[in-house]
Amino acid sequence: MSATTDVTEPAAGVARTTAEDSRRGLDLGRFRELSLIPAILVLGLIGFIVSPAFLTSDNLIGVAQQSTELSLLVLATALILISGRMDLSLESTIGVAPVIAVWLVLPTSGARFTGLGLLPEWTAIPLCLLTGAVIGAVNGFLILKLRLNGFIVTLGMLTMLRGLQVALSEGQSIVELPSSFTYLGKASWWGAPAAIWICVVLFALGSAALAWLRHGRALYAIGGNAEAARTAGIRVDRIVWLVLIIGSVLAAFAGILYSGHYGSLSATQGSGWIFQVFAATVIGGVSLNGGKGSVFGALTGVLTLQLVVNVMTLAGVPPLWNQFLNGAIIIVALIISRFASGEKQE
Amino acid sequence: MAHTPTAPAHAAGPTPVAEAVGIGKRFGATVALRDARIAVAPGESHALVGRNGAGKSTLVSLLTGLRRPDAGVLRFSGEPAPPVGDIDAWRARVACVYQRSTIIPDLTVAENLFLNRQSSGSLQPIRWRQLRHRAEELLGEYGVDVDAAARARDLTVEQRQFVEIARALSFGARFIVLDEPTAKLDARGIGRLFDKLRDLQRQGVAFLYISHHLQEVYDLCTTVTVYRDATHILTAPVTEVGHRALVEAMTGDTAATTADATAVDPAAGHRAAGPDERPELLTVDGLTLPGVCHGLSLSVRSGEVVGLAGAAASGNVRVGEAVAGLHRAEEGRISVGGRAVRPGSVPSALAAGVGLVPEDRHLQGLVGNRSVAENATLTVTDQLGPFGTVLPSRTRVFARRMIRDLDIKTPGPATPVSALSGGNQQKVVVARALATDPRVLVAVRPTNGVDVKSKEFLLRRVREVADGGKAALIVSDELDDLRVCDRVVVMFHGRVVAEFAPGWRDEQVVAAMEGVGVTDHAAPGTDTDTDADTDADADAPGTDQDER
Repeated sequence: MSATTDVTEPAAGVARTTAEDSRRGLDLGRFRELSLIPAILVLGLIGFIVSPAFLTSDNLIGVAQQSTELSLLVLATALILISGRMDLSLESTIGVAPVIAVWLVLPTSGARFTGLGLLPEWTAIPLCLLTGAVIGAVNGFLILKLRLNGFIVTLGMLTMLRGLQVALSEGQSIVELPSSFTYLGKASWWGAPAAIWICVVLFALGSAALAWLRHGRALYAIGGNAEAARTAGIRVDRIVWLVLIIGSVLAAFAGILYSGHYGSLSATQGSGWIFQVFAATVIGGVSLNGGKGSVFGALTGVLTLQLVVNVMTLAGVPPLWNQFLNGAIIIVALIISRFASGEKQE
Repeated sequence: MAHTPTAPAHAAGPTPVAEAVGIGKRFGATVALRDARIAVAPGESHALVGRNGAGKSTLVSLLTGLRRPDAGVLRFSGEPAPPVGDIDAWRARVACVYQRSTIIPDLTVAENLFLNRQSSGSLQPIRWRQLRHRAEELLGEYGVDVDAAARARDLTVEQRQFVEIARALSFGARFIVLDEPTAKLDARGIGRLFDKLRDLQRQGVAFLYISHHLQEVYDLCTTVTVYRDATHILTAPVTEVGHRALVEAMTGDTAATTADATAVDPAAGHRAAGPDERPELLTVDGLTLPGVCHGLSLSVRSGEVVGLAGAAASGNVRVGEAVAGLHRAEEGRISVGGRAVRPGSVPSALAAGVGLVPEDRHLQGLVGNRSVAENATLTVTDQLGPFGTVLPSRTRVFARRMIRDLDIKTPGPATPVSALSGGNQQKVVVARALATDPRVLVAVRPTNGVDVKSKEFLLRRVREVADGGKAALIVSDELDDLRVCDRVVVMFHGRVVAEFAPGWRDEQVVAAMEGVGVTDHAAPGTDTDTDADTDADADAPGTDQDER
């Protein structure tokens, strides 16, 4: 409604009707995060018809494993978007954090890629996560202390970190990774890749925090109306900073899983992902303006995008068409969720 | 209660629940407050009035602990104020309902009420059912009839305000600051708000009430304090200060102010010409807006100012906006000077000569960070240079003329509009509407949130437009606005229910706006329509352009 109608709206003379309306609105709001489930089911049905190979555990686990790295970035982006911010540099963090960690621990000689050998090999994972935290902290400093525009700052950071990675790795893939570093991406627990279990746990933790913890709810308040959150006593800047750090740590962790999964660290790791990440998050019902959406919804967004690619591949669509179809799917999904939820996306 | 004469408060009566003495505050070179004071007794309703820029908002920010005073002492119930930053301590002493809503639209009412204290510890999970029960108890305690599980976005403005009051008081404060709480309410909403405030007052809650509407001050408050030019001017019981004396204290001059309404007297001769012989400039015939009105007809003659009155749900604002092309009518014709306006088209309305002063200047009127010149010439960019260009020099010249014409207080045409005071911002909006030299001026609540003097000026300016042979339609529920009119047409639930010639009494118009004495009660049907419209707004292209 227009601002005018907001004021003109039937005043409390019809208080009861409004109360009923709002209850209905709440129910819609609850269903909104499930709005992609039918789409996933339909995709499953199409996959089943198209190829008998679709509904095999190998294929489905494969899809899930391919989703893990992307989904961690989506989790990070969902948290950041809900609190009303943006971080584009996540896609570079996924590459640069492992490279820095590996560079610090690999020996100075004996391989194609030589590191500094400063620290023992087992520190690779903590170092990688720490690098992520530092990147997030720097972003937070630039955005919250210096009050720079978050979009441009993280865009600059994206380019800068990608450049740092290329410079450190001399533009080449690093194949001699410490075994501790590749374990998580390679290992299999209870019949499924460890990465899948880890993602499930992280998503469950994220969901629970946003649903039942005060600080989790604070993200919605900050994204919805930062000024109101401040008057309610929420330490807005501190929490946003923390969210940016958590986001970058998640991205660094995604980098660990990715390099473990493929056994090497490529110079273009994560390059161009951020578009997919944003698309998955937004079709999953998270608002670009903040204050709306859920972690679970974002997860359904990733799964939808990955299933589409999988079904296309099984259907024998030439891979050259993948990019086109990916874009088309994003737009179709947005249109569907726009009308399924009845709310405008601005 | 309330015996706080001009003498220092501690001389008589109980310890004030809030007291400020010798307060000074500067922002850079500007002095926001100089040796200001105020004392609010327990259970008192204390009004704080003053023109825009008198220092009221600064005082609120100091009293609520958002800012630290440069000089002076703040005391609550005789004890010194807690340090700035100790939010909980401040909240236990003073509650505040700010001018801007602090409700988060996408959260439920319950969560809004207990924001940042949904659970006892930060690692303790929130128990939603318990939270809802607590919210229901709190709402019940203050008699607020709102569903705790509803999303805040679905509440009416009035309900949101009640929720804010309940939340503010739930921290245990017995003193509440209300900063222009009625700015967005209609007359009935204001009535209910006042009932609630009186209830609370009976429970011993003290108020500091800030408003531009002097009538509200007389209706609600027992004591009034006037600020002017960053300092304290007077404090006295309301009954001892006449309307005129109050306006004088606020404006600081005694001659020019003969109370806002009478200054612009419609009976000043021009009607002697016989308005019936003048041509009709604006004709609305059988206008039907879905869910708003049905078969509404209205006409405004040249030289006439017509008031279109009505409460918030009456649809008068929608009708006014439809005339300016903001909403597409389902049926009916709108014509200006005999020429039909294409429904739902702003360019067509502009070309026909309709100028609009929109209701909400922040949302619909101004581009805040652009200059006064740009804002004032937004409707006439086609006249500012050849072949679609906009020449800066012509813009400046045009803007200077508007600034002079409307007496806009601004450092220059290049100043961003957001830097001006509320009254001057509104003048820029009016300037923009007048820039096209409209034949019909539609002004929706033209004096919303402006101080007494600007109000008087703006209404006189509207009068002048009509005197120049044009037509003016004032859409408002403010009696002060309506007093300027030659004729007042009252709408109730989408229909015209009454029409008044000058000389009407306040009660008559108010009664008509409230629908008192309307025999044929069209309410049920119209109500459901309105609700349906609210829900299914997605597919109404005519209303889409101004939604956000």
